[in-house]
Amino acid sequence: MTTSSSPVWQYRTRKQTLLRWLGWFWLVALTVFCWQLMNENTIWAFVSDAPAQAADIGSRMFPPAWSYVGELWQPLWDTINIATLGTLLGIMIAVPVAFLAASNTTPSVRFVRPLALLIIVASRSINALIWALLLVAIIGPGLLAGIIAIGLRSIGFVAKLLYEAIEEIDVTQVEAVRATGASGAQVIDYAIVPQILPAFWGISVFRWDINIRESTILGLVGAGGLGIQLNASLATLAWNQVATIFLLILGTVVVSEWVSARVRQAVL
Amino acid sequence: MDHQPTVRSTWKRPPLLLTNTLWRRLIYSGALIYLVLAVQTVEVDWQRVYLGLERGWRFIEGFLVPDFTTRWRDIHEGLIESLTITLTSTVAGILISVPIGIGAARNLAPAPVYLACRGIITLSRSFQEIIIAILLVAMFGFGPFAGFLTLAFATIGFLSKLLAEEIESCDRSQIEAIRATGASWWQVVNYSVQPQVMPRLVGLSLYRLDINFRESAVIGIVGAGGIGATLNTAIDRYEYDSAGAILILIIAIVLVVEYSSSYIRRWVQ
Repeated sequence: MTTSSSPVWQYRTRKQTLLRWLGWFWLVALTVFCWQLMNENTIWAFVSDAPAQAADIGSRMFPPAWSYVGELWQPLWDTINIATLGTLLGIMIAVPVAFLAASNTTPSVRFVRPLALLIIVASRSINALIWALLLVAIIGPGLLAGIIAIGLRSIGFVAKLLYEAIEEIDVTQVEAVRATGASGAQVIDYAIVPQILPAFWGISVFRWDINIRESTILGLVGAGGLGIQLNASLATLAWNQVATIFLLILGTVVVSEWVSARVRQAVL
Repeated sequence: MDHQPTVRSTWKRPPLLLTNTLWRRLIYSGALIYLVLAVQTVEVDWQRVYLGLERGWRFIEGFLVPDFTTRWRDIHEGLIESLTITLTSTVAGILISVPIGIGAARNLAPAPVYLACRGIITLSRSFQEIIIAILLVAMFGFGPFAGFLTLAFATIGFLSKLLAEEIESCDRSQIEAIRATGASWWQVVNYSVQPQVMPRLVGLSLYRLDINFRESAVIGIVGAGGIGATLNTAIDRYEYDSAGAILILIIAIVLVVEYSSSYIRRWVQ
């Protein structure tokens, strides 16, 4: 008698429990459905064959073609230039966009800000490789396509983080500078820029680091750098050259990550 | 002897960064030299660029007046493939990365497990998705299955690393309190760690879902299925209006995912 009447402690109400179960059920059902749909055309014979293929590729890769490194220094230099110049281009466009997007510096919250946010979203949602694909078709293969692709992709990233930094600045400094009779440009120069400069350098170097990674593969679609060599080696199934390129990419990425970590440490 | 300090009539703004003059000059001149060298390596065939401008204009036209209908079957197929790859790879990635994330948290895992899990994370993070996709396509054949494996693998590195960091910054007192009741390791994880990291885990998973969709649009270029393959074909055929339509769809879906995930995150936290 007492057991049925005494309240049992429960973490959630019955309705909440039910809703949670329904949510999980839908997620599982949707995943299974997607799995089925995705694998309609999968040839399972190839999948079961994969370990053998992996072993085969591994054995072909194994002694990496060290002598091939000699041909890779020029593309590596190109890759680094694509990343650096692309980052510079991106930053040059991103800074004004960020000032237009930040709600405390934008000239018009209703008209200009949404436009700036649209630029940021469009640049962020399209990968550098897709930009490169387009630009190679438009202006021809080469470093320039890679630089512009990296630049376009960087705009969104840099502008988004920068406008968030601008929105978080200390307002009192802005008021103090304005109280001396400073013009709009002077307020930006003396009150806002000093506050966001560390964040700006941090963001830029971080993006440069990401761009080094991205620019290593841009050559796959013809936009210059190591990717062109990678594409050629893949096309001729020269897996030992591919292994050399992978190791070089790995080394470059590690170095660039170290550089960016040091710079960010020094700046922030 | 009264030494009167000379008062300058003009004020010079001090540098904001690099206050050491020597270092500042060295770094600035180094940057300038690099810039000159780097710009020289860029060979631009202006003739080709000029010819390309007309094509670029056609692309902008295609973007403004996109053509959804002509290639709708291909676009539809590619989108379905991309979306299914996104969801399945995210779910699989989360399922694998939760144990690895717990293993990579120093306050929960013994040293050998910690090192092994950190090793997996480093391996997954050091290579670009595209490079992994190239290898997996070579192993598993063309198609969405290779894309699924690529994105699941990339998800592991991202999610386990951030999850491990979140677990390591957990409130220790709650873990100690649960442990003091005589709870086993599983119970500690379940009752003190899990409630603390759950909102963050949900947020990160949704963020990764967003990233995986964007990446799924790219890995198709190397043959791993998805809308990227359709886009590649459209650009190769110079069908810029179809390419514009695909890009608009990608941007729209990213927007929808981003807004709904921020909504869900607010609801969870």
